[in-house]
Amino acid sequence: MPHDHHDHDGLSPSGHPYRVDNDAPLSYWQTMEIAIRELMIEKGEITAAQVASQIDAMDARSPANGAQVVARAWTDPDFKAALLKDATKATREMGFDIGPMNLVAVENTKDVHNVIVCTLCSCYPRNLLGLPPDWYKTREYRSRTVKEPRKVLAEFGVVLPDSVTCRVHDSTADMRYIVLPARPDGTDGMSAEALAKLVTRDAMIGTGLPKSREP
Amino acid sequence: MGGDAAGPVPTDQHDFALWEKRVDALMILGSARGHFTVDGLRRALEDMGEQAFEDMTYYERWVAAVNQNLIEAGVYTLEELGAKMATVTARGDTYGAAQDV
Amino acid sequence: MQVRICDLSPPGHIRTPKYLRGKTGVIERVLGRFQSPEQRAYALPAPEKQLYRVRFSMAELWGDGAEAPEDTLDAEIYEHWIEGGDHAA
Repeated sequence: MPHDHHDHDGLSPSGHPYRVDNDAPLSYWQTMEIAIRELMIEKGEITAAQVASQIDAMDARSPANGAQVVARAWTDPDFKAALLKDATKATREMGFDIGPMNLVAVENTKDVHNVIVCTLCSCYPRNLLGLPPDWYKTREYRSRTVKEPRKVLAEFGVVLPDSVTCRVHDSTADMRYIVLPARPDGTDGMSAEALAKLVTRDAMIGTGLPKSREP
Repeated sequence: MGGDAAGPVPTDQHDFALWEKRVDALMILGSARGHFTVDGLRRALEDMGEQAFEDMTYYERWVAAVNQNLIEAGVYTLEELGAKMATVTARGDTYGAAQDV
Repeated sequence: MQVRICDLSPPGHIRTPKYLRGKTGVIERVLGRFQSPEQRAYALPAPEKQLYRVRFSMAELWGDGAEAPEDTLDAEIYEHWIEGGDHAA
């Protein structure tokens, strides 16, 4: 199988442990996944190559894509205006394959801090940023962020002053959201490429801030 | 769930296992084939009830939702699924050993 | 424009969160027409509905329990969940 090299490496490239998989006892739900996949292949619905290529396409999406979008908005005022007006169009025109996703960008300023949540399930701009972090899907994050966002943000190390308005966005329907963080002070003259390295995944969800200088 | 009291947000992170990525791919491909919509998947997830959220992992719930929708769409029957799952189980005791390779 | 979210609780797949039902907010922007998830969830022909982003104050949602009353929450709401729905469509 073309994808078996993803397993058995101990730690992944990102340094996180892989979930117990190929060498652990077969679970009921894993059995179901294998059965569904094989039935769909036998019935000509899909091919094994399509499954592999879909996994590759999803693996290729990462927060680095969003970081490029943010960095361009920081350095190109026309692009920033286009992004805030229609983020779906702006990211597509930048060359990202976001599929059928409808994207809205919300801007952080010195007076406003935005944070994204999905209380009903786990809607996330996956076609730009890749799959969401585990905490985004937890009961705790989904329950609390709409009621006590400041306490939640503080747990992530983001303490909002009273002078800043917090705007929470619950992705309840067809839109997906990305936060356009405020450009950090002291980054004048930096290239978009260098700026992109300051933009973290959490900064685009609103639970983090961009790094202030390149690590 | 929105607005309910809950404890600190857990920040443990894991990388997705192969079988989880395959569930994700089956969700996208099954939807592209027109057999269900994301709303159909969410409806199936909600119908599993609150306890499923506690007892099952994220992708366990999603594979169950994909299956429910494929059964409803008539892509395969329960009998076919049952027989295939028995075949898979008979191949071996681990996810790796249970593949048809 | 100020709007109130319908305070209804039928069973089934609904994308209007319970914590917003019966609450009043303002339309932040009009998002366009999308098929209703309430039919799509059951693989039925789905009418297109106008979708709005509605902004609520935390004070409106949580009263005295609000963490910061001036903070806001935005959510997407389909027109049939807004009282008097058609007026805004």
